[in-house]
Amino acid sequence: MRLDTLSALNAERAARRAALIVTDPADGSQRLVRAADIAADPLAALLRERLRSGRSGLAEQPDGRPVFVAVHLPPVRFIVVGAVHISQALAPMAAQLGLDLTVIDPRTAFASPERFPGVRLIAQWPDKAFEEIGPLDAYTALAALTHDPKIDDPALVAALRADCAYIGALGSRKTHGRRVERLKEAGFDEAAIGRIHAPIGLDLGAVSPAEIALSILAQLIATLRKERIESRDAARAGA
Amino acid sequence: MLSTEDDILRAAESWRREGRLVALATVIETWGSAPRPVGSHLLIDGDSRFLGSVSGGCVEGEVITEALDVIADGRPRTLEFGVADETAWRAGLSCGGRIRVFVERIE
Repeated sequence: MRLDTLSALNAERAARRAALIVTDPADGSQRLVRAADIAADPLAALLRERLRSGRSGLAEQPDGRPVFVAVHLPPVRFIVVGAVHISQALAPMAAQLGLDLTVIDPRTAFASPERFPGVRLIAQWPDKAFEEIGPLDAYTALAALTHDPKIDDPALVAALRADCAYIGALGSRKTHGRRVERLKEAGFDEAAIGRIHAPIGLDLGAVSPAEIALSILAQLIATLRKERIESRDAARAGA
Repeated sequence: MLSTEDDILRAAESWRREGRLVALATVIETWGSAPRPVGSHLLIDGDSRFLGSVSGGCVEGEVITEALDVIADGRPRTLEFGVADETAWRAGLSCGGRIRVFVERIE
């Protein structure tokens, strides 16, 4: 790979834009195709399909020669609203998982760098913070953990509108019931509201903040890997 | 959808910019129970230092050896490892899977 191709790929990744690297394994010839430039590429249909599935792999060119398409999707960004005890336990685990973490909380007593060493922390209301970090997108996951509707609700509304990859909210079933009523009043239908995982986290019977953090991350991974779980289940059902 | 290759590609760029000779190995095809998915990377420099993985540690040694040849002559290679192949068996992809790895030099 030419260094300028690698450099351009890394720039796309840093800018959170999807890109593909198309390689002829026979002679090593190669090109970078930015998601926005797919239409102009001779393999447009193939590349579009690959980008949609997110799956890298070998394919056949129209002339029958093999080509390797590497799909580079933006890293999943994880926004945690609430600089609470659970978030402190969650931060190092999220780093291990390769998630691009940002913690948001307008309460400066919570959002203090001493409580979150090495974590990107924004002591702002969610809407203000989203202006700073760029718009939410389908490669963003969001967990609302403050228990305070004044802070959690605007974040959840933004996540639903942006069709975030994962949305979770802390709180009991009763708390969530009231949240559902507020979101209905704000104009969201049941299907949209149903995208919120609440009470948040896989049911591990979690008690401590670290256990709850683990249950949230486990649910996030299971959601991001849903297609993999479904295709495996389908293969088993067919067998 | 989870990304784990980000740091490796960034490292590939910075290693090369430091003037190190660098090869990038990429899993391009898998059959059976391969330990690392298509698209996984192993980064190798001229002193056999490496980052990432293309298997569970089973064939990395062979890939590094081949990568040094790629670094030397600049010719990309496609390697195949699996139980069907004696060399590969020696290299130890004992999980029963088969993988194809493309190795190229960063120019």
